[in-house]
Amino acid sequence: MTGISPAVVAASKLGLTFQTSDGPVQALSNVDLTIGKGEFVSFIGPSGCGKTTLLRVIADLEKPTSGTISVNGMTAEQAREKRAYGYVFQAAALFAWRTIERNVGLPLEIMGLSKAEQAQRIKRTLDLVNLSGFEKKYPWQLSGGMQQRASIARALAFDADLLLMDEPFGALDEIVRDHLNEQLLELWGRTNKTICFVTHSIPEAVYLSTRIVVMSPRPGRVSDVIESTLPKERPLDIRETPEFLAIAARVRDGLRAGHSYDD
Amino acid sequence: MDTFRDKLIPVTSILAGVVVLWYVFAVILNTPFQRDLDRRAGESPALSGFIANTLAQPKPTLPAPHQVAVNFFENTFLRPVTSSRSLVYNAWVTLSSTLLGFAFGTALGIIIAVGIVHVATLDRSLMPWIIASQTIPILAVAPMIIVVLAAIGITGLVPKAMISTYLSFFPVTVGMVKGLRSPEIMHLDLMHTYNASRAQTFWKLRVPASVPFLFTSMKVAVAASLVGAIVGELPTGAVAGIGAKLLAGAYYSQSIDIWSALVAGSVVAALLVMVVGIAGRIVDRAMGGRPA
Repeated sequence: MTGISPAVVAASKLGLTFQTSDGPVQALSNVDLTIGKGEFVSFIGPSGCGKTTLLRVIADLEKPTSGTISVNGMTAEQAREKRAYGYVFQAAALFAWRTIERNVGLPLEIMGLSKAEQAQRIKRTLDLVNLSGFEKKYPWQLSGGMQQRASIARALAFDADLLLMDEPFGALDEIVRDHLNEQLLELWGRTNKTICFVTHSIPEAVYLSTRIVVMSPRPGRVSDVIESTLPKERPLDIRETPEFLAIAARVRDGLRAGHSYDD
Repeated sequence: MDTFRDKLIPVTSILAGVVVLWYVFAVILNTPFQRDLDRRAGESPALSGFIANTLAQPKPTLPAPHQVAVNFFENTFLRPVTSSRSLVYNAWVTLSSTLLGFAFGTALGIIIAVGIVHVATLDRSLMPWIIASQTIPILAVAPMIIVVLAAIGITGLVPKAMISTYLSFFPVTVGMVKGLRSPEIMHLDLMHTYNASRAQTFWKLRVPASVPFLFTSMKVAVAASLVGAIVGELPTGAVAGIGAKLLAGAYYSQSIDIWSALVAGSVVAALLVMVVGIAGRIVDRAMGGRPA
Protein backbone atom coordinates (compact mmCIF):
# COMPACT_ATOMS: atom_id res chain seq x y z
CA MET A 1 0.00 0.00 0.00
CA THR A 2 2.80 2.37 0.87
CA GLY A 3 5.60 1.30 -1.33
CA ILE A 4 7.77 4.38 -0.94
CA SER A 5 8.40 4.66 2.82
CA PRO A 6 9.70 1.74 4.94
CA ALA A 7 7.12 -0.03 7.08
CA VAL A 8 6.91 1.09 10.70
CA VAL A 9 4.24 -1.49 11.52
CA ALA A 10 3.70 -4.61 9.48
CA ALA A 11 1.09 -7.20 10.44
CA SER A 12 0.49 -10.36 8.50
CA LYS A 13 -2.31 -12.88 9.09
CA LEU A 14 -2.44 -11.58 12.64
CA GLY A 15 -4.85 -13.32 14.99
CA LEU A 16 -5.49 -13.22 18.74
CA THR A 17 -7.81 -15.52 20.64
CA PHE A 18 -8.49 -14.86 24.33
CA GLN A 19 -9.20 -17.90 26.48
CA THR A 20 -12.05 -16.86 28.75
CA SER A 21 -14.20 -18.81 31.16
CA ASP A 22 -16.94 -18.75 28.50
CA GLY A 23 -14.60 -20.35 26.01
CA PRO A 24 -12.28 -18.82 23.41
CA VAL A 25 -13.04 -15.34 22.10
CA GLN A 26 -11.50 -14.36 18.80
CA ALA A 27 -10.48 -10.73 19.26
CA LEU A 28 -8.48 -10.45 16.03
CA SER A 29 -8.62 -12.55 12.93
CA ASN A 30 -6.43 -12.49 9.85
CA VAL A 31 -5.33 -8.87 10.07
CA ASP A 32 -2.98 -7.75 7.29
CA LEU A 33 -1.75 -4.21 7.62
CA THR A 34 1.29 -2.13 6.73
CA ILE A 35 1.83 1.34 8.15
CA GLY A 36 4.51 3.51 6.59
CA LYS A 37 6.63 6.18 8.21
CA GLY A 38 4.88 9.48 8.82
CA GLU A 39 1.39 8.11 8.29
CA PHE A 40 -1.56 9.01 10.51
CA VAL A 41 -3.69 5.87 10.64
CA SER A 42 -7.00 5.70 12.48
CA PHE A 43 -8.65 2.48 13.58
CA ILE A 44 -12.40 2.83 13.75
CA GLY A 45 -15.14 0.36 14.52
CA PRO A 46 -17.82 -0.56 17.03
CA SER A 47 -16.82 -1.79 20.47
CA GLY A 48 -15.55 -5.35 20.38
CA CYS A 49 -14.03 -5.01 16.91
CA GLY A 50 -10.53 -5.43 18.29
CA LYS A 51 -9.20 -1.97 17.49
CA THR A 52 -7.76 -1.46 20.95
CA THR A 53 -6.48 -5.05 20.99
CA LEU A 54 -4.67 -4.42 17.70
CA LEU A 55 -3.03 -1.33 19.16
CA ARG A 56 -2.05 -3.31 22.26
CA VAL A 57 -0.52 -6.03 20.07
CA ILE A 58 1.58 -3.39 18.30
CA ALA A 59 2.63 -2.14 21.75
CA ASP A 60 3.45 -5.69 22.94
CA LEU A 61 0.86 -5.36 25.70
CA GLU A 62 -0.87 -8.42 24.20
CA LYS A 63 0.75 -11.34 22.41
CA PRO A 64 -0.82 -12.50 19.12
CA THR A 65 -1.77 -16.17 18.96
CA SER A 66 -1.20 -16.44 15.22
CA GLY A 67 0.44 -14.52 12.40
CA THR A 68 3.31 -12.09 12.69
CA ILE A 69 3.78 -8.47 13.68
CA SER A 70 6.84 -6.33 13.24
CA VAL A 71 7.48 -2.84 14.55
CA ASN A 72 10.39 -0.85 13.09
CA GLY A 73 11.58 -4.09 11.49
CA MET A 74 11.80 -5.86 14.88
CA THR A 75 9.42 -8.02 16.84
CA ALA A 76 6.94 -6.05 18.92
CA GLU A 77 8.74 -7.14 22.08
CA GLN A 78 12.14 -5.96 20.87
CA ALA A 79 10.58 -2.68 19.77
CA ARG A 80 9.04 -2.18 23.21
CA GLU A 81 12.35 -2.95 24.89
CA LYS A 82 13.97 -0.31 22.66
CA ARG A 83 11.16 2.12 23.61
CA ALA A 84 10.13 2.49 19.99
CA TYR A 85 6.74 4.00 20.72
CA GLY A 86 4.89 6.31 23.07
CA TYR A 87 1.48 5.08 24.23
CA VAL A 88 -1.42 7.34 25.15
CA PHE A 89 -4.24 5.68 27.06
CA GLN A 90 -7.96 6.45 27.17
CA ALA A 91 -7.43 8.19 30.49
CA ALA A 92 -4.49 10.48 31.14
CA ALA A 93 -3.10 7.92 33.65
CA LEU A 94 -0.87 10.52 35.28
CA PHE A 95 0.66 9.66 38.65
CA ALA A 96 -1.25 11.75 41.21
CA TRP A 97 1.82 12.15 43.43
CA ARG A 98 4.00 13.62 40.70
CA THR A 99 3.91 17.14 39.35
CA ILE A 100 3.31 17.58 35.63
CA GLU A 101 7.03 17.93 34.89
CA ARG A 102 7.87 14.86 36.92
CA ASN A 103 5.09 12.92 35.18
CA VAL A 104 6.49 13.88 31.80
CA GLY A 105 9.96 13.01 33.11
CA LEU A 106 8.90 9.52 34.27
CA PRO A 107 9.99 7.65 31.11
CA LEU A 108 13.21 9.67 31.04
CA GLU A 109 13.97 8.68 34.64
CA ILE A 110 13.33 5.06 33.78
CA MET A 111 15.69 5.33 30.80
CA GLY A 112 18.30 6.77 33.15
CA LEU A 113 18.91 10.06 31.38
CA SER A 114 20.90 12.77 33.14
CA LYS A 115 19.02 15.43 35.10
CA ALA A 116 20.03 18.12 32.63
CA GLU A 117 18.89 16.06 29.66
CA GLN A 118 15.62 15.31 31.44
CA ALA A 119 14.97 18.97 32.21
CA GLN A 120 15.66 19.99 28.63
CA ARG A 121 13.36 17.35 27.15
CA ILE A 122 10.60 18.06 29.65
CA LYS A 123 10.70 21.73 28.73
CA ARG A 124 10.65 20.99 25.02
CA THR A 125 7.73 18.55 25.14
CA LEU A 126 5.67 20.71 27.46
CA ASP A 127 6.18 23.57 24.99
CA LEU A 128 5.05 21.24 22.23
CA VAL A 129 1.67 20.59 23.92
CA ASN A 130 1.31 24.19 25.15
CA LEU A 131 1.61 23.35 28.83
CA SER A 132 4.51 25.63 29.70
CA GLY A 133 3.90 27.26 33.05
CA PHE A 134 2.18 24.21 34.51
CA GLU A 135 5.37 22.31 35.37
CA LYS A 136 4.88 22.44 39.12
CA LYS A 137 1.16 21.69 39.14
CA TYR A 138 -0.24 18.37 40.26
CA PRO A 139 -2.62 16.51 37.90
CA TRP A 140 -5.75 17.33 39.94
CA GLN A 141 -5.04 21.03 39.44
CA LEU A 142 -5.46 20.64 35.65
CA SER A 143 -8.59 20.22 33.53
CA GLY A 144 -9.26 16.90 31.79
CA GLY A 145 -8.04 18.24 28.44
CA MET A 146 -4.83 19.57 29.97
CA GLN A 147 -4.23 16.27 31.74
CA GLN A 148 -4.55 14.44 28.45
CA ARG A 149 -2.13 16.90 26.84
CA ALA A 150 0.32 16.21 29.67
CA SER A 151 -0.01 12.49 28.97
CA ILE A 152 0.71 13.14 25.28
CA ALA A 153 3.77 15.14 26.33
CA ARG A 154 4.86 12.16 28.41
CA ALA A 155 4.52 9.89 25.36
CA LEU A 156 6.55 12.34 23.25
CA ALA A 157 9.24 13.03 25.84
CA PHE A 158 11.58 10.23 24.84
CA ASP A 159 11.41 10.95 21.11
CA ALA A 160 9.90 7.70 19.89
CA ASP A 161 8.95 7.96 16.22
CA LEU A 162 5.73 6.03 16.71
CA LEU A 163 2.80 7.29 18.74
CA LEU A 164 0.05 4.83 19.69
CA MET A 165 -3.13 6.52 20.91
CA ASP A 166 -6.08 4.60 22.31
CA GLU A 167 -9.18 6.82 22.18
CA PRO A 168 -7.22 9.57 23.90
CA PHE A 169 -9.98 12.17 23.62
CA GLY A 170 -12.95 9.85 24.14
CA ALA A 171 -13.70 11.12 27.63
CA LEU A 172 -13.51 14.83 26.77
CA ASP A 173 -16.29 17.15 25.67
CA GLU A 174 -16.63 18.04 22.01
CA ILE A 175 -15.16 21.55 22.14
CA VAL A 176 -12.04 20.42 23.98
CA ARG A 177 -11.84 17.48 21.63
CA ASP A 178 -11.92 19.69 18.50
CA HIS A 179 -9.22 21.84 19.98
CA LEU A 180 -6.99 18.88 20.83
CA ASN A 181 -7.57 17.34 17.40
CA GLU A 182 -6.32 20.54 15.81
CA GLN A 183 -3.29 20.63 18.09
CA LEU A 184 -2.54 16.99 17.45
CA LEU A 185 -2.54 17.54 13.67
CA GLU A 186 -0.25 20.50 14.07
CA LEU A 187 2.06 18.47 16.27
CA TRP A 188 2.06 15.60 13.80
CA GLY A 189 2.91 18.04 10.99
CA ARG A 190 5.82 19.45 12.96
CA THR A 191 7.32 16.22 14.24
CA ASN A 192 6.73 13.87 11.31
CA LYS A 193 5.85 11.03 13.66
CA THR A 194 3.87 7.96 12.71
CA ILE A 195 0.59 7.90 14.60
CA CYS A 196 -1.83 5.03 15.18
CA PHE A 197 -5.07 6.39 16.56
CA VAL A 198 -8.01 4.37 17.87
CA THR A 199 -11.38 6.12 17.88
CA HIS A 200 -15.06 5.45 17.51
CA SER A 201 -15.83 8.90 16.12
CA ILE A 202 -16.16 9.11 12.34
CA PRO A 203 -15.48 12.88 12.07
CA GLU A 204 -12.43 12.54 14.30
CA ALA A 205 -11.04 9.69 12.20
CA VAL A 206 -11.65 11.49 8.90
CA TYR A 207 -10.34 14.82 10.16
CA LEU A 208 -7.08 13.41 11.50
CA SER A 209 -6.06 10.55 9.27
CA THR A 210 -4.15 9.92 6.10
CA ARG A 211 -5.66 6.45 6.18
CA ILE A 212 -8.68 5.02 7.96
CA VAL A 213 -8.83 1.35 8.89
CA VAL A 214 -12.44 0.26 9.36
CA MET A 215 -12.84 -2.76 11.60
CA SER A 216 -15.79 -5.01 12.37
CA PRO A 217 -16.50 -7.35 15.26
CA ARG A 218 -16.97 -11.10 15.85
CA PRO A 219 -14.28 -11.87 14.98
CA GLY A 220 -12.35 -8.59 15.00
CA ARG A 221 -11.08 -7.98 11.46
CA VAL A 222 -10.25 -5.24 8.98
CA SER A 223 -13.25 -4.73 6.75
CA ASP A 224 -12.11 -1.69 4.77
CA VAL A 225 -9.13 0.62 4.37
CA ILE A 226 -9.83 4.14 3.14
CA GLU A 227 -7.11 6.47 1.88
CA SER A 228 -7.87 10.08 2.67
CA THR A 229 -7.68 12.56 -0.19
CA LEU A 230 -7.72 15.56 2.14
CA PRO A 231 -4.68 17.87 2.07
CA LYS A 232 -2.20 17.83 4.92
CA GLU A 233 -3.24 21.34 5.99
CA ARG A 234 -6.65 20.88 7.60
CA PRO A 235 -8.48 23.75 9.25
CA LEU A 236 -11.42 22.66 11.41
CA ASP A 237 -13.97 23.86 8.83
CA ILE A 238 -12.66 21.35 6.31
CA ARG A 239 -15.26 19.14 7.97
CA GLU A 240 -17.99 21.01 6.08
CA THR A 241 -16.48 20.36 2.63
CA PRO A 242 -18.05 17.83 0.22
CA GLU A 243 -14.75 15.96 0.02
CA PHE A 244 -14.70 15.44 3.80
CA LEU A 245 -18.33 14.38 3.84
CA ALA A 246 -17.73 11.92 1.01
CA ILE A 247 -14.95 10.20 2.96
CA ALA A 248 -17.10 10.19 6.10
CA ALA A 249 -19.90 8.55 4.11
CA ARG A 250 -17.51 5.86 2.89
CA VAL A 251 -16.39 5.17 6.47
CA ARG A 252 -20.00 4.97 7.60
CA ASP A 253 -20.82 2.53 4.78
CA GLY A 254 -17.82 0.44 5.71
CA LEU A 255 -18.93 0.34 9.33
CA ARG A 256 -22.47 -0.60 8.37
CA ALA A 257 -21.34 -3.37 6.04
CA GLY A 258 -19.14 -4.92 8.68
CA HIS A 259 -21.62 -4.56 11.46
CA SER A 260 -24.05 -7.42 11.84
CA TYR A 261 -26.80 -6.44 14.23
CA ASP A 262 -27.55 -9.71 15.92
CA ASP A 263 -30.12 -8.31 18.27
CA MET B 1 -11.04 23.51 60.42
CA ASP B 2 -14.64 23.20 59.38
CA THR B 3 -14.77 19.50 60.05
CA PHE B 4 -13.58 20.12 63.61
CA ARG B 5 -16.34 22.67 64.22
CA ASP B 6 -18.91 20.40 62.57
CA LYS B 7 -18.01 17.59 64.93
CA LEU B 8 -17.62 19.65 68.10
CA ILE B 9 -21.28 19.99 69.05
CA PRO B 10 -22.37 16.39 68.39
CA VAL B 11 -19.31 14.97 70.14
CA THR B 12 -19.66 17.16 73.24
CA SER B 13 -23.39 16.37 73.45
CA ILE B 14 -22.61 12.66 73.50
CA LEU B 15 -19.89 13.28 76.10
CA ALA B 16 -22.31 15.20 78.34
CA GLY B 17 -24.83 12.38 78.04
CA VAL B 18 -22.20 9.81 78.99
CA VAL B 19 -21.15 11.84 82.04
CA VAL B 20 -24.75 12.17 83.23
CA LEU B 21 -25.34 8.43 82.79
CA TRP B 22 -22.08 7.72 84.57
CA TYR B 23 -23.21 9.74 87.63
CA VAL B 24 -26.55 7.94 87.67
CA PHE B 25 -24.86 4.56 87.60
CA ALA B 26 -22.26 5.63 90.19
CA VAL B 27 -25.07 6.47 92.61
CA ILE B 28 -26.97 3.24 91.88
CA LEU B 29 -23.93 0.94 92.07
CA ASN B 30 -22.45 2.54 95.20
CA THR B 31 -25.78 2.62 97.06
CA PRO B 32 -25.65 -0.90 98.63
CA PHE B 33 -22.25 -0.30 100.21
CA GLN B 34 -23.22 3.19 101.39
CA ARG B 35 -26.41 1.79 103.01
CA ASP B 36 -24.24 -0.78 104.75
CA LEU B 37 -21.92 1.91 106.06
CA ASP B 38 -24.78 4.11 107.25
CA ARG B 39 -26.53 1.20 108.97
CA ARG B 40 -23.39 0.27 110.85
CA ALA B 41 -22.73 3.86 111.86
CA GLY B 42 -26.38 4.20 112.86
CA GLU B 43 -26.88 7.22 110.61
CA SER B 44 -29.74 8.02 108.31
CA PRO B 45 -28.75 11.04 106.23
CA ALA B 46 -31.13 12.95 103.96
CA LEU B 47 -31.30 11.94 100.30
CA SER B 48 -28.98 14.73 99.12
CA GLY B 49 -26.40 13.83 101.76
CA PHE B 50 -26.71 10.14 100.92
CA ILE B 51 -26.12 10.78 97.21
CA ALA B 52 -23.12 12.98 98.01
CA ASN B 53 -21.69 10.15 100.09
CA THR B 54 -22.11 7.57 97.33
CA LEU B 55 -20.01 9.82 95.12
CA ALA B 56 -17.22 10.28 97.66
CA GLN B 57 -16.33 6.74 98.73
CA PRO B 58 -12.59 5.97 98.90
CA LYS B 59 -12.97 2.61 97.13
CA PRO B 60 -16.24 2.87 95.22
CA THR B 61 -17.65 0.13 93.03
CA LEU B 62 -17.93 2.72 90.28
CA PRO B 63 -16.01 5.93 90.92
CA ALA B 64 -17.74 9.17 89.98
CA PRO B 65 -16.24 11.08 87.05
CA HIS B 66 -14.96 13.88 89.27
CA GLN B 67 -13.18 11.38 91.53
CA VAL B 68 -11.39 9.94 88.51
CA ALA B 69 -10.67 13.44 87.22
CA VAL B 70 -9.15 14.53 90.54
CA ASN B 71 -7.07 11.35 90.81
CA PHE B 72 -5.94 11.70 87.19
CA PHE B 73 -5.03 15.35 87.71
CA GLU B 74 -3.08 14.68 90.92
CA ASN B 75 -1.18 11.74 89.50
CA THR B 76 -0.44 13.47 86.23
CA PHE B 77 0.40 17.04 87.16
CA LEU B 78 1.08 17.19 90.90
CA ARG B 79 3.54 14.32 91.26
CA PRO B 80 7.17 14.46 90.11
CA VAL B 81 7.38 12.55 86.85
CA THR B 82 10.05 10.27 88.37
CA SER B 83 7.61 9.01 91.02
CA SER B 84 6.37 5.47 90.45
CA ARG B 85 2.86 6.75 91.22
CA SER B 86 3.01 9.38 88.51
CA LEU B 87 0.78 8.58 85.54
CA VAL B 88 3.23 10.39 83.27
CA TYR B 89 5.98 8.03 84.38
CA ASN B 90 3.82 4.95 83.96
CA ALA B 91 2.47 6.13 80.64
CA TRP B 92 6.04 6.72 79.44
CA VAL B 93 7.04 3.16 80.40
CA THR B 94 4.13 1.76 78.40
CA LEU B 95 4.63 4.25 75.57
CA SER B 96 8.29 3.32 75.10
CA SER B 97 7.52 -0.36 74.61
CA THR B 98 4.50 0.60 72.45
CA LEU B 99 6.70 2.67 70.14
CA LEU B 100 9.41 0.04 69.93
CA GLY B 101 6.85 -2.67 69.17
CA PHE B 102 5.07 -0.42 66.69
CA ALA B 103 8.32 0.28 64.84
CA PHE B 104 9.13 -3.44 64.71
CA GLY B 105 5.56 -4.28 63.70
CA THR B 106 5.42 -1.71 60.93
CA ALA B 107 8.77 -2.81 59.52
CA LEU B 108 7.83 -6.48 59.74
CA GLY B 109 4.40 -5.80 58.23
CA ILE B 110 5.92 -3.96 55.26
CA ILE B 111 8.55 -6.66 54.66
CA ILE B 112 5.94 -9.43 54.73
CA ALA B 113 3.66 -7.43 52.40
CA VAL B 114 6.47 -6.85 49.89
CA GLY B 115 7.20 -10.59 49.96
CA ILE B 116 3.55 -11.51 49.48
CA VAL B 117 3.10 -9.13 46.57
CA HIS B 118 6.25 -10.23 44.76
CA VAL B 119 6.52 -13.95 45.46
CA ALA B 120 3.52 -16.03 44.45
CA THR B 121 4.47 -18.89 46.79
CA LEU B 122 4.52 -16.57 49.78
CA ASP B 123 1.10 -15.25 48.83
CA ARG B 124 -0.31 -18.76 49.03
CA SER B 125 1.73 -20.08 51.96
CA LEU B 126 2.04 -17.10 54.31
CA MET B 127 -1.33 -15.39 54.20
CA PRO B 128 -3.35 -18.17 55.93
CA TRP B 129 -0.78 -18.31 58.76
CA ILE B 130 -0.86 -14.55 59.17
CA ILE B 131 -4.62 -14.59 59.49
CA ALA B 132 -4.47 -17.58 61.86
CA SER B 133 -1.93 -15.74 64.03
CA GLN B 134 -4.52 -13.11 64.84
CA THR B 135 -7.18 -15.61 65.89
CA ILE B 136 -5.03 -16.75 68.84
CA PRO B 137 -6.08 -14.80 71.94
CA ILE B 138 -3.21 -12.48 72.80
CA LEU B 139 -3.98 -12.79 76.50
CA ALA B 140 -3.01 -16.46 76.29
CA VAL B 141 0.11 -15.91 74.21
CA ALA B 142 1.49 -12.93 76.10
CA PRO B 143 2.54 -14.73 79.31
CA MET B 144 4.22 -17.48 77.28
CA ILE B 145 6.23 -15.00 75.26
CA ILE B 146 7.32 -13.21 78.43
CA VAL B 147 8.21 -16.45 80.24
CA VAL B 148 10.04 -18.03 77.29
CA LEU B 149 12.05 -14.87 76.63
CA ALA B 150 12.85 -14.47 80.33
CA ALA B 151 14.15 -18.05 80.32
CA ILE B 152 16.72 -17.11 77.68
CA GLY B 153 17.61 -13.95 79.54
CA ILE B 154 15.59 -11.38 77.62
CA THR B 155 13.58 -9.23 79.99
CA GLY B 156 12.39 -5.65 80.27
CA LEU B 157 11.33 -3.66 77.25
CA VAL B 158 11.83 -6.15 74.43
CA PRO B 159 9.37 -8.91 75.46
CA LYS B 160 6.60 -6.32 75.92
CA ALA B 161 7.51 -4.73 72.60
CA MET B 162 7.27 -8.13 70.94
CA ILE B 163 3.67 -8.49 72.01
CA SER B 164 3.02 -5.07 70.50
CA THR B 165 4.77 -6.24 67.34
CA TYR B 166 2.63 -9.36 67.24
CA LEU B 167 -0.53 -7.27 67.28
CA SER B 168 0.62 -4.41 65.05
CA PHE B 169 2.27 -6.16 62.10
CA PHE B 170 -1.04 -7.65 60.97
CA PRO B 171 -2.94 -4.50 59.99
CA VAL B 172 0.21 -3.16 58.30
CA THR B 173 0.65 -6.36 56.29
CA VAL B 174 -2.97 -6.43 55.17
CA GLY B 175 -2.98 -2.70 54.35
CA MET B 176 0.32 -2.78 52.48
CA VAL B 177 -0.59 -5.86 50.43
CA LYS B 178 -3.67 -3.97 49.34
CA GLY B 179 -1.68 -0.76 48.81
CA LEU B 180 1.11 -2.35 46.78
CA ARG B 181 -1.54 -3.97 44.61
CA SER B 182 -3.57 -0.78 44.25
CA PRO B 183 -2.03 0.61 41.01
CA GLU B 184 -4.46 0.46 38.11
CA ILE B 185 -3.77 -1.89 35.20
CA MET B 186 -3.33 1.19 33.03
CA HIS B 187 -0.47 2.44 35.20
CA LEU B 188 1.17 -0.99 35.17
CA ASP B 189 0.76 -1.16 31.37
CA LEU B 190 2.33 2.28 31.13
CA MET B 191 5.40 1.11 33.04
CA HIS B 192 5.49 -1.95 30.78
CA THR B 193 5.56 0.25 27.66
CA TYR B 194 8.64 1.99 29.12
CA ASN B 195 10.23 -1.41 29.62
CA ALA B 196 10.60 -0.55 33.32
CA SER B 197 12.27 -3.13 35.54
CA ARG B 198 10.41 -4.69 38.47
CA ALA B 199 12.44 -2.55 40.85
CA GLN B 200 11.53 0.62 38.96
CA THR B 201 7.85 -0.33 38.91
CA PHE B 202 8.08 -1.04 42.63
CA TRP B 203 9.75 2.21 43.67
CA LYS B 204 8.13 4.59 41.19
CA LEU B 205 4.61 3.17 41.15
CA ARG B 206 3.75 0.59 43.81
CA VAL B 207 5.40 2.30 46.77
CA PRO B 208 3.96 5.79 46.21
CA ALA B 209 0.54 4.28 45.48
CA SER B 210 0.62 2.37 48.77
CA VAL B 211 1.43 5.33 51.04
CA PRO B 212 -2.19 6.25 51.90
CA PHE B 213 -2.86 2.57 52.73
CA LEU B 214 0.23 2.52 54.95
CA PHE B 215 -0.94 5.41 57.10
CA THR B 216 -4.48 4.07 57.43
CA SER B 217 -3.15 0.73 58.63
CA MET B 218 -0.57 2.39 60.87
CA LYS B 219 -3.39 4.14 62.73
CA VAL B 220 -4.91 0.75 63.56
CA ALA B 221 -1.47 -0.72 64.29
CA VAL B 222 -0.41 1.96 66.77
CA ALA B 223 -3.58 1.49 68.83
CA ALA B 224 -3.06 -2.28 68.74
CA SER B 225 0.55 -1.77 69.85
CA LEU B 226 -0.61 0.08 72.96
CA VAL B 227 -3.02 -2.71 73.82
CA GLY B 228 -0.16 -5.17 73.32
CA ALA B 229 2.14 -3.24 75.65
CA ILE B 230 -0.53 -3.04 78.37
CA VAL B 231 -1.35 -6.73 78.02
CA GLY B 232 2.38 -7.47 78.17
CA GLU B 233 2.61 -5.74 81.54
CA LEU B 234 -0.21 -7.74 83.12
CA PRO B 235 1.24 -11.28 83.47
CA THR B 236 4.75 -10.25 84.47
CA GLY B 237 3.98 -8.43 87.63
CA ALA B 238 5.64 -5.47 85.96
CA VAL B 239 6.48 -2.75 88.44
CA ALA B 240 5.69 0.15 86.15
CA GLY B 241 3.45 0.94 83.23
CA ILE B 242 -0.24 1.46 82.69
CA GLY B 243 -0.80 -2.29 82.80
CA ALA B 244 1.01 -2.50 86.14
CA LYS B 245 -1.17 0.32 87.51
CA LEU B 246 -4.29 -1.55 86.40
CA LEU B 247 -3.09 -4.73 88.05
CA ALA B 248 -2.05 -3.02 91.29
CA GLY B 249 -5.35 -1.17 91.40
CA ALA B 250 -7.18 -4.48 91.05
CA TYR B 251 -5.12 -6.11 93.83
CA TYR B 252 -5.86 -3.37 96.34
CA SER B 253 -9.40 -2.56 95.12
CA GLN B 254 -8.23 0.94 94.24
CA SER B 255 -11.00 1.40 91.73
CA ILE B 256 -10.27 5.10 91.28
CA ASP B 257 -6.65 4.28 90.38
CA ILE B 258 -7.82 1.70 87.85
CA TRP B 259 -10.11 4.17 86.17
CA SER B 260 -7.54 6.93 86.03
CA ALA B 261 -4.96 4.51 84.59
CA LEU B 262 -7.59 3.63 82.02
CA VAL B 263 -8.07 7.29 81.19
CA ALA B 264 -4.29 7.67 80.87
CA GLY B 265 -4.23 4.72 78.47
CA SER B 266 -7.01 6.23 76.38
CA VAL B 267 -5.27 9.60 76.25
CA VAL B 268 -2.04 7.95 75.10
CA ALA B 269 -3.96 5.95 72.47
CA ALA B 270 -5.74 9.04 71.19
CA LEU B 271 -2.48 10.98 71.01
CA LEU B 272 -0.72 8.18 69.15
CA VAL B 273 -3.51 7.83 66.58
CA MET B 274 -3.55 11.60 66.18
CA VAL B 275 0.21 11.82 65.64
CA VAL B 276 0.06 9.08 62.98
CA GLY B 277 -2.90 10.86 61.38
CA ILE B 278 -1.05 14.18 61.27
CA ALA B 279 2.09 12.52 59.88
CA GLY B 280 -0.12 10.92 57.22
CA ARG B 281 -1.62 14.27 56.29
CA ILE B 282 1.80 15.94 56.06
CA VAL B 283 3.10 13.17 53.80
CA ASP B 284 -0.07 13.34 51.68
CA ARG B 285 0.35 17.08 51.23
CA ALA B 286 4.02 16.64 50.34
CA MET B 287 2.95 14.12 47.69
CA GLY B 288 0.65 16.66 46.08
CA GLY B 289 -2.54 15.45 47.73
CA ARG B 290 -5.62 17.53 47.10
CA PRO B 291 -6.46 19.57 50.21
CA ALA B 292 -9.64 18.17 51.75
